[in-house]
Amino acid sequence: MILNASGCLDAIVAPDVARELDVFVTKTVTPLPRGGNEPVRIAETDFGMLNSIGLANSGVEKFVAETLPRLAELELPIWVSVGGFSADDYATVCATLDGCGEVAALELNVSCPNVAEPVESVAELVRAAREATSKKLYTKLSPASPDIAAVAKAAASAGSDGLSLVNTIRGLALDRGSLTPTLSTATGGLSGPALRPIALAAVYSCFRATGLPIVGMGGIESGRHALELIAVGASACALGTIFFSDPEAPGRIRSELAAEAEALGFENPSDAYAVAHGDEAPAPLRHVA
Amino acid sequence: MRKELLEVAGVERLGPYSLVRMKRGGLESGVPGQFFMLSPPGRLLPRPMSLCLATRHELGFLIDPIGPGTIALAELARSERISVLGPLGNGFRLDIDRPLLVGGGIGVAPLPYLSERLGRPPAVLGFRTEAHAEAATLVPNAETVVEPRLVTELLRPGADILACGPEPMLEAVRRLAPQAQLAWEAPMACGYGACYGCAVEIDGELRRLCVEGPVLEAAA
Repeated sequence: MILNASGCLDAIVAPDVARELDVFVTKTVTPLPRGGNEPVRIAETDFGMLNSIGLANSGVEKFVAETLPRLAELELPIWVSVGGFSADDYATVCATLDGCGEVAALELNVSCPNVAEPVESVAELVRAAREATSKKLYTKLSPASPDIAAVAKAAASAGSDGLSLVNTIRGLALDRGSLTPTLSTATGGLSGPALRPIALAAVYSCFRATGLPIVGMGGIESGRHALELIAVGASACALGTIFFSDPEAPGRIRSELAAEAEALGFENPSDAYAVAHGDEAPAPLRHVA
Repeated sequence: MRKELLEVAGVERLGPYSLVRMKRGGLESGVPGQFFMLSPPGRLLPRPMSLCLATRHELGFLIDPIGPGTIALAELARSERISVLGPLGNGFRLDIDRPLLVGGGIGVAPLPYLSERLGRPPAVLGFRTEAHAEAATLVPNAETVVEPRLVTELLRPGADILACGPEPMLEAVRRLAPQAQLAWEAPMACGYGACYGCAVEIDGELRRLCVEGPVLEAAA
């Protein structure tokens, strides 16, 4: 199952790209409209890129009234990424979306590196969301926490149905000439190939800690990269930075994934699910793509 | 929007700039002012370049080698292949009576193709140095100035201005000619609305230049 990472594709502007996905994940929606951060918002780095968009979005009311009906025309399952600055914010957005039949699941973005963090813990944010909706909840975690498996367990205990791993990790780039920060916010979220081993480690440890279904993401550029995430415990994969250089990535990676899996003796890519854990995989495995 | 692996047909130096000519494959040339995303060898992200020249068999891009991506593009060799996506964005409106093309520095890039499509109207160009001004040879019927003279000295009242250049030049043109069509630039990772990186202020709001532009009416 191939998704997009939240904020890396606009399905309304590029519907043909979105239709190649199994699920479309929206850009993060907050209670109120946000213009986002001032330019400069992106910078290429060695082995990755930084972004500091700052959760630009039209706010949940306009999202439900204008964006969601247009996304529904794609006839794809839609996951809405939910953001905020407090547990109340998450509850508000989740409650508003709870009645929207077009929404298949919610992804709680509790880990944006480009905006102020809520004071509440991840578990408190998940609990607030859980109480506000009966929809499936995936919690998107930061790879920057010292013990991501502990955060994953807390999210699971608070009612998260799955995990999205990983969000970007904070980084900084300097202008070539002036040696001052390239981005207007100085730091931004690092994505791309640099995240691959970090994402693998996060999925590996969170899978062992929770056994929850995991959407693995972080620097996927090829079928091999997706297969490795599946092997450490991802039941689905999301593409992010690769969209920027290759809008045809979903179809290409899907066929590479099938070929890579077959070359290693797996009939389907999903047969490689959690093989990295050998016999020590937690049981029962609750979800296989 | 279409992506193809295109072969480099040739690279010519024009002062500090490089004109990279690609065999055009099945790509459309689009409207002047639209752009293409060119993937430099060895870099993660493609770079947005407006189309400079279009012939039946080739697409030409004028490159100013100022960073790792543009240097890699300027150093492409004949027969190398790179991925090219486009045409993207909104180009110039061509239904105008008295066109005057205005270019500054690397902003001359879209003007040769624009000039062809408009029947070689007059153009005024400004450059930092005599070396940079070598790029003026690409634009027919052009009057050229070099700093400290500024291209805005050459604007004519009543002309329908189509301009591309650095922000201070575009701001100056906007003040003098509120009806001008201006082609802007912004750092851009994708070129098709996915990355939200190229936000610029339009009508008081931050919007994506790749979706709304890169050519905007001056009054916006």
